[in-house]
Amino acid sequence: MAHLPRSDLEIIGRFGPHLAFPEGDRLDRGVEPDRVVKTHCCFCGQQCGIQLKVKDNRIIGFEPWEEFPFNHGLLCPKGVRRYLQGSHPDRLLRALVRDERAEGGFRPACYEEAIRLAADGIARVQREHGPDAVAVLTGASLTNEKAYLMGKFARVCLKTSNIDYNGRLCMVSAAAGNKKAFGIDRAANPWSDIPDAGVVWISGANVAECAPITTDYVWQARERGAKVVVVDPRMTPIARTADLFLPVRPGRDIALFNGILHLMIENGWIDRKFVETHTTGFDEVAAHVKEWPPRRTAEATGIAERAIRQAAEWWGTAETSFLLHSRGIEHSSHGVQNVLGAINIVLASGRIGRPGCGYATITGQANGQGGREHGQKCDQLPGARDLSDPAAREHVAKVWGIAPGDIPGPGVDAYEIFRRVDQGGVRGLVSICFNPVVSLPDSSFVRRMLEKLDFYVVIDFFLNETARHADVVLPGSLQEEDEGTITQVEGRVIRIRRAVDPPGEAREDWRVIQDLAKALGREKGFTFASPREIFDELRRASAGGIADYSGMTWEKIEEQHGVFWPCPREEHAGTPRLFEPDSWNPIAKGKGPFYFPDGKARFVVARYAPPAEDPDADYPIFLTSGRVVSQYLSGTQTRRIGPLVEQYPEPRIEMHPRLAERLGIGDGDWATVETRRGTCTLKAQVVRTIRPDTIFIPYHWAGPRSVNRITNSAQDPISKIPEYKACAARVRKAEGPPPYASEREAQQ
Amino acid sequence: MPVPADRHFFIDPRRCIGCQSCVHACSECDTHKGHSMIHLEYVGRGDSPQTVPTICMHCDSPTCAEVCPADAIKRTEDGVVQSARKARCIACSNCVLACPFGVPKMNVGFELMMKCDMCYDRTSVGLKPMCATVCPSQALCFGTEEEIRTLRPRSTFVHAFRFGQQTISTKVRVMVPKESEVLSLDVTAALNEEEAKDPMAAMFTEGNP
Repeated sequence: MAHLPRSDLEIIGRFGPHLAFPEGDRLDRGVEPDRVVKTHCCFCGQQCGIQLKVKDNRIIGFEPWEEFPFNHGLLCPKGVRRYLQGSHPDRLLRALVRDERAEGGFRPACYEEAIRLAADGIARVQREHGPDAVAVLTGASLTNEKAYLMGKFARVCLKTSNIDYNGRLCMVSAAAGNKKAFGIDRAANPWSDIPDAGVVWISGANVAECAPITTDYVWQARERGAKVVVVDPRMTPIARTADLFLPVRPGRDIALFNGILHLMIENGWIDRKFVETHTTGFDEVAAHVKEWPPRRTAEATGIAERAIRQAAEWWGTAETSFLLHSRGIEHSSHGVQNVLGAINIVLASGRIGRPGCGYATITGQANGQGGREHGQKCDQLPGARDLSDPAAREHVAKVWGIAPGDIPGPGVDAYEIFRRVDQGGVRGLVSICFNPVVSLPDSSFVRRMLEKLDFYVVIDFFLNETARHADVVLPGSLQEEDEGTITQVEGRVIRIRRAVDPPGEAREDWRVIQDLAKALGREKGFTFASPREIFDELRRASAGGIADYSGMTWEKIEEQHGVFWPCPREEHAGTPRLFEPDSWNPIAKGKGPFYFPDGKARFVVARYAPPAEDPDADYPIFLTSGRVVSQYLSGTQTRRIGPLVEQYPEPRIEMHPRLAERLGIGDGDWATVETRRGTCTLKAQVVRTIRPDTIFIPYHWAGPRSVNRITNSAQDPISKIPEYKACAARVRKAEGPPPYASEREAQQ
Repeated sequence: MPVPADRHFFIDPRRCIGCQSCVHACSECDTHKGHSMIHLEYVGRGDSPQTVPTICMHCDSPTCAEVCPADAIKRTEDGVVQSARKARCIACSNCVLACPFGVPKMNVGFELMMKCDMCYDRTSVGLKPMCATVCPSQALCFGTEEEIRTLRPRSTFVHAFRFGQQTISTKVRVMVPKESEVLSLDVTAALNEEEAKDPMAAMFTEGNP
């Protein structure tokens, strides 16, 4: 059923991606907007405040929102141009139903018919193969309300255990590591603590491109005298002016953290009092890192020994500090171990829970934080509750008005769902806000699995590369077409405001889900009249949980410019900084600041292992992947915004001149990268800003330009995050431009 | 309303991350929608991700205005050098060639020189220029000298630049590290003593390494 009915090019011709540029009233300076709406950018977890100018139910431009305290009006290029996703020529204005005879393989259908067909298809698969045969894939760009509703929809309406989300490709290693060490998964500090740090340590985070406005926080720390240490295989823009740049060999971050802790212990740079009072497990970790003297650390990491010693000295002797990391260390088959290694050096320093002393992962997706708290993860219920915990099930079942036993047990992760398709366990799929054909590794497999599905329903605003495989496409809503809340990188819950109405027959996503529930004959629990009603139920469902939103109201969020969870009572102002010395939490109940019964943080031994696929004689080069500043995730939105595409039209293979020379490849030459999963031919960019043993390709593109066709699907055993950041490759000069170069525009 | 006398533009190229937010924001500006007036260049991408943003420096004695045969470029009392007036500009490109910072652009289609006017529509009503409002690294920053001294204690600023015999003072300030002296660079300073006496002669010596 889900075979592509037509060639890619025919589908692209009808559904895009095409480019939108400012034109008409978006260029006319005489046009006065009807209103200006204070809301947030939809591209990335920073969630910068922005004002959208609206005229005749269209967004015609933006105005910075300087009063919003997180970004003070600052915006990256994605924020400046984000308004161009509205009124887009590719926008889905009607439902689509697969029709082999129609142009592009889909015929437009009236909304009610499409809902009925979608419900019939889901019901048929579940009737024949059981509830778990239909899986639900969701996304971390959804608002908290939508994320909550998706989890409830899967478990209460579809009664399937198979729901997971694309945060699986993003924050899950950090989440698992944080839970093991702190008992809670959230940035420990507000960003306002960064400028007060004496050392800012950034591991595997391309801050300037993936979280651009955080740059100003780091530079402010530096203006006050902070040392900035950056660990990355590439000299990213933030690494360029770091005080110390440690060009780590891909997949070796644990070795570095263990080596740093070794030197901290050797030199007495440990906050013994903090370690004794507030932690457990230090002795085991200390014994383990004994094996990591500087020489061995240098050999494993590929970093000069003197640089490692310098980094350890600055970190060890700092008065205040802030450690930041992101996907660079987390996208690994030992991502959780990497995170634990990072946390160990933070705990050993004792610098957490105080002003200027902080630690955080930088969430990548728009609602990377909130999206992982309210039950769209395969093992989780709202309030960051554990799905296997009987007390958690009882609490949530009560809110949902069902018996605890009726809530399905834990399901499997997003990638495993596709493996279940292969094995026949999963035959139907409902997806929203997820484009796995571009974003999952070894994506040829994913594409084959989509073709194998009996029935596939997509809710989206553009027909992305994955949605091309759908049987029914339901037109959903853009972020600016609905009300709601999002929890940004700091753990601050903010308000997303509706600027325009969904166009044509498109509906708000929550309405689409409720209409599906109704058509399935299981309307109970899906009769919310507004996102605010969903939020109020979410508050009750999260009450008493770790991610407790029960004391939040939309008014309070607006008045305070956001509320940091936990916020357990209406008179509670929220919790900007976690782990303050005398803080209370529902797990420790006053015994200490960390979220365990004894109130103590855990040192956990972080064991070094190389990536699942290390370079060898056949594939001698590391391939790593990541983002560019002008694109967001799988590009469903940003590959349709003309000025952003023009900034960096298509992916290039970054390589060091030393490697390029050996391969006979010049800057701008076509080159073919080959891994055990296939090949990808792109233009080379020869730069001295990458390790000579490593090449880098950004991942936002589709089809023949997609690096994820050749990345490795090995996963971390705990977090199940895929290993995007290291696999083995070989590279050769291509004979000439590949056929796609003349057939497709850069963004297609 | 003039731009307040105590508010200045500060550029710190060390902070620039090359994201092009300023370029996009500039082209979204109301007075010249669709056209960015900012130059953002890599110094040499092969060697470094270093980029440098260039906006109009708003010279106290603007060379562009001085060489304009049509008197199309005006500097207002508040020190802002305005973009060329459409009614007067004859698209001769004198200003483009003469500007020591390489700022003005000739829009051939419009037969008009266009350049940064420090977002006069915004700055003259108390707002910041669009680029400095959004710049994520605050390499482009708009504020008072006092604010910048408080925010950036390790840096100071210069607004006088030497080009050969010409010294130009500008409304726009460039941030430099406090600990390093402000130098006037001369190639001869880096040559050995003999060559320094007659640098041109050295360049033409046969077999000069």
